[in-house]
Amino acid sequence: MFAFAVKRILQAIMVMLIISCIGFAIKHNFGDPVRDLVGQRVTPTERAEIRERLGLNDPFMVQYARFLGDAVQGDLGQSYFFKKPASEVILKKAPATLELVLCSAFIITFLSVPLGIYAAIKPQKWFSRFIMGSSIIGVSMPVFLTAILLIYVFAVELHWLPSYGRGKTVCIFGWWDSGLLTLDGLKHLIMPSIALSSIMLPLFIRLIRSEMMEVLESEYVKYAWAKGLKPRRVWWVHAFKNTLLPVITVGGVQLGIMVAFTILTETVFQWQGMGSMFIESVERSDTSLMVAYLVFVGLIFVLVNTAVDIIYGLVNPTIRVAGRK
Amino acid sequence: METLIDIKNLRVDFALRSGTVRAVRDVSLSINKGERLGIVGESGAGKSVLGFSIINLISKPGKITDGEIIFKGHDISKYSYDQMRKIRGNRISMIFQDPMMTLNPVLTIGTQMMETVLAHMDVSKKEAEKICLEKLTKVYIPSPEKRLSQYPHEFSGGMRQRIVIAISLLTSPNLIIADEPTTALDVTIQAEIMDLLLELCKTENMGLILITHDLAVVSEVTQRIAVLYAGKVVELGLSEQIINNPQHPYTQGLIQALPQMAGGKKRLNQIPGMMPSLLDMPKGCPFEPRCTICIERCKQEIPILKELESGTQVACFMRNGANKR
Repeated sequence: MFAFAVKRILQAIMVMLIISCIGFAIKHNFGDPVRDLVGQRVTPTERAEIRERLGLNDPFMVQYARFLGDAVQGDLGQSYFFKKPASEVILKKAPATLELVLCSAFIITFLSVPLGIYAAIKPQKWFSRFIMGSSIIGVSMPVFLTAILLIYVFAVELHWLPSYGRGKTVCIFGWWDSGLLTLDGLKHLIMPSIALSSIMLPLFIRLIRSEMMEVLESEYVKYAWAKGLKPRRVWWVHAFKNTLLPVITVGGVQLGIMVAFTILTETVFQWQGMGSMFIESVERSDTSLMVAYLVFVGLIFVLVNTAVDIIYGLVNPTIRVAGRK
Repeated sequence: METLIDIKNLRVDFALRSGTVRAVRDVSLSINKGERLGIVGESGAGKSVLGFSIINLISKPGKITDGEIIFKGHDISKYSYDQMRKIRGNRISMIFQDPMMTLNPVLTIGTQMMETVLAHMDVSKKEAEKICLEKLTKVYIPSPEKRLSQYPHEFSGGMRQRIVIAISLLTSPNLIIADEPTTALDVTIQAEIMDLLLELCKTENMGLILITHDLAVVSEVTQRIAVLYAGKVVELGLSEQIINNPQHPYTQGLIQALPQMAGGKKRLNQIPGMMPSLLDMPKGCPFEPRCTICIERCKQEIPILKELESGTQVACFMRNGANKR
């Protein structure tokens, strides 16, 4: 297991190197940092001097190495717009996005598992047909449409929920602005998290259902029935554990994608997270911040997937042994 | 001799869109306590369906549509799900064909054994573990204590089938249904497993239904043989009689087809033609289209089992004297 984990972590580092390289290449070829830094009145000689001082005349690899060296220490460059370190800007915005994703992941996990399994073991029941039917609608509805519909029904017509922003937040650990601890914050969280989960949830229900149905047909499940076990045990221990294997793999990738895909939801609900920050930084051609965002999201993606691979190893004994060798 | 299980006019149908498949048609068999019966026939003859129908575990849409299965004085074919569950794996256990597929890959051997004990016996976990170890010793698994925490993929095919046999022994059942238990194993292991099964049936005084297409295996292990063709028993009698003096032309064909009967010829003997589709049965004897000794009557009427002087029952007009009316 240890060797397996080490192998996965080394792979993760490789992936991060590639991501940072692409990110840096974008920054390197995207506009002139000197022009962004100084005004119109600076003479070409002064510009050349600044260029030399900032090391912008060095070869690509040297600059990239310098960027990496800084990035490892948490310095992802300066945001031109905020005039602050990009990592600081991102960390300020990250809690909003992460809380949103966490909440959606929570909704997805706690609804897709029971619904998917129910639809798999009782495919003939009307409720299963209803689940499957509505999941098709869910998958095909774009997030922004779902979000606008939610706002229309629950904020405009019924006045039950606030339509934008994060509401009241509480600062925890000194820097994390959390909306999870106040009632107002939670109210603000409901609609965005539903909107964000609206595509993944039906997807997961369908995935769990089809995997579960396949597993239920397998010999070992038939054997479990032949052993005279109670249905609950056959479904939850014998079938569900095997269903989990592919679901975990897909789930890890999807969780990463969700972090990146908050952009739409955050825009509709004016949620002050990394997604809306990224859109703004594109509008302001704040390349440093864009690259920092890219690297940061890449990091989350890689972290989640490495964690998922290790969890997968814990669930699947075959993998565990392969790693032990 | 006390009767253990008495199958009377059993009929199993599969209602498909293209029509009703009669997989088992009017099969009557009875097994005495501690007796070993072989069920022989080619693929698709309904052997496995017959085996599974005894514990009412036929794959959908298969259903017992007629007949009785009397076990310990009760017709278990009419049992409710929960009543049946208490018989499965408890009084009647099954051994499946492919040990690679039978055991759940993500659960330890210990879990898969213990759950069977705990599902049927009112014992503590400690006692259950003791039973598991005892049965593992019985099937000659070396150092059983260590095995309980291992996963199926850590065992060879032969070892896994031993474990499956151990699982089937856990609750000291009255009957074991073994559905081609050696087909998926290589030849040297086959003999070992069959010997083990035979030995255990004798020492534990268990009944055995051995479903196989291997006549050589069945003659060594079982006392009686039922030959199944297109869902019907065409010949039933003592193993010795059936092997040495087969009556039904189909049984004769099967025995002629054994490699040792080819007698130096380059090609093995075979029965010409194919088994009729279960959707489209001939009106008369199902074997008539392939039969070399058939008469006009065979096309019109279905022969029923009649006992010969030797004690063998055979369903053939040419053999049971019914044509000499």
